[in-house]
Amino acid sequence: MTIARRVLKTLVRNGLSAIPTVLAIVILNFFLLQLAPGDAADVIAGESGAATEESMRQLRARLGLDLPVVAQLQAYLSNLAQGSLGFSPRYNMPVADLILQRLPQTLMLLGMALGFAFVLGVTLGTVMALNAGRWPDRMISVLTLLLYSVPGFWIGLMLIVLFSIKLGWLPSGGAETIASGFAGLDLVLDRLRHMILPSLTLSLFFIAVYARLTRAAVMEVAEQDFVRTARAKGLSGFTVGFRHVLRNALLPVTTLAGMHIGGVLGGAVVVETVFSWPGLGRLAFEAVMRRDYNVLLGVLLLSSFVVIIANMLVDLLQAWLDPRIEVR
Amino acid sequence: MAAVTDVTGSSAAPQERRRRALRAFLRNPAGMISLAFLLGAVALALAAPHLYPEDPLSMVARPFLWPGQNAAYPLGTDSLGRDVAAGVVWGTRISLLVGFCAMALGISVGLLVGAVAGYFGGRVDDALVKFIEIFQTPPSFVLLVVLVAIAQPAISTVIVAIALVTWPTAARLVRAEFRSLREKDFVMAARGLGYGHARIIFREILPNALPPLIVSASVLVATAILMEAALSFLGLSDPNVVSWGSMIGAGRELLRTAWYLCAVPGVAIVLTVLALNLLGDALNDSLNPRVSAKR
Repeated sequence: MTIARRVLKTLVRNGLSAIPTVLAIVILNFFLLQLAPGDAADVIAGESGAATEESMRQLRARLGLDLPVVAQLQAYLSNLAQGSLGFSPRYNMPVADLILQRLPQTLMLLGMALGFAFVLGVTLGTVMALNAGRWPDRMISVLTLLLYSVPGFWIGLMLIVLFSIKLGWLPSGGAETIASGFAGLDLVLDRLRHMILPSLTLSLFFIAVYARLTRAAVMEVAEQDFVRTARAKGLSGFTVGFRHVLRNALLPVTTLAGMHIGGVLGGAVVVETVFSWPGLGRLAFEAVMRRDYNVLLGVLLLSSFVVIIANMLVDLLQAWLDPRIEVR
Repeated sequence: MAAVTDVTGSSAAPQERRRRALRAFLRNPAGMISLAFLLGAVALALAAPHLYPEDPLSMVARPFLWPGQNAAYPLGTDSLGRDVAAGVVWGTRISLLVGFCAMALGISVGLLVGAVAGYFGGRVDDALVKFIEIFQTPPSFVLLVVLVAIAQPAISTVIVAIALVTWPTAARLVRAEFRSLREKDFVMAARGLGYGHARIIFREILPNALPPLIVSASVLVATAILMEAALSFLGLSDPNVVSWGSMIGAGRELLRTAWYLCAVPGVAIVLTVLALNLLGDALNDSLNPRVSAKR
């Protein structure tokens, strides 16, 4: 089977199996929205300051809120099919636009955090595996346990204390220096400087995850026959380590690490709030504070989609990398 | 140590196995220290009303005392002159309560769903796996925020919400265990004897599936404590109780001048969660010696 066909088949299979999950999550989302205290009419009335019983009734009729639940679900699904997640009176714009406007910021943070986690985690994991049972292994293993145990928001605050307040090296929040007049390369560098602390904070837990996964994978691959053959034919330890062991060990690491996208997105809610990063996570927090449930559930729905898409991409990556993975 | 446990996983000598696991655990220094630390934390939580009979939200001293500045307030006071040490001790109660209750609830639900899926297999399994997947797909912390925002912020709703987002982990684990155990000889024998499904699930398979579940229980308590801390840091938990997260949230505004207000409760979280994770590792080493020796 050619690579292209294998990838295509994986795509079709995954797409089909994702459909019921997506539908179920959409419906779950709708019922959570129903459970939320107050409805859109209450929100609009609250924004305008006052409303009579009569005008509330008219508003509810206009928004279709007096219809039976099934009819409302139908309306919700057909709106969703047209890419509409409802309207946010608080922000005075469609929820979908609001979310899509914030999404790139979060994806950038996510990408940088996963990059940190991958590079540092794989390095630490490899060092652990090559020294299994000796002191570097034990030291790093304690370090990973510590990273597992530290709350993201707290380490974020401590990093702000050290790098922003005490040393003054990095900004403590925001996405860029306000009214700096930066352009071109300066602007890019300024944004990168603002990204370092939040993405590092977000990545710490996942550095530990990657390190442990890599350690286990490298140790398993290192025991296999082809590695012994490589050593026996006189290849240097470095070549065997990189070309033979690490390349094969990274496959399970990418799959398992793909499962943690949801965790990173969840962590973004807290980290973005700590660093005032204008992304999806902070939007979710603002939505809770403003009791804007349309926006809140829109974020939940969209972040679920991001997880599903990320899982599909990981599967595709695997199908592309490993010809042994046959389409079931 | 490797390959001593019986490979069939049968309950031939459960007492012997239990004793061996206990001996291995008692020899593990990290596990013993963690256990001692956690027992100390439980004692502190229980003794909170005697140690600090006053409401931890009441103002007792000059504000902004740094830790160590006044021996009567070893961890300092906050911007309103509230005793940080009293807050940390009372916060232990909330963290441990939420951690243990959310874990117990999550494991119970996960156990039921996972056991039924793994034991019966087939269509029941397919349907339940899909059901688990629905809860596992949304980012768990985002789902948690939504659940708490919809329900009223109280300790009980926080516990239920954390259990709702963590049970899939337990369910998957239990399902995997039951799937591998249901084909074993002792289950066949139990079926041959005409035992009912409930008896086979709870009396025959469950005791053999317990070791990994016990390990994950300690990790789930740690997860629940971290989630509660993050929620109360964001101000989404019960506003009327002092918890470690809410103390950090309150201290955040004063990070520039009084960073110890954030640092101290954070250290309490890190130590407690670290102890739970170390305990999980130690339990794993003593309960599953074969697996961990390979790792």
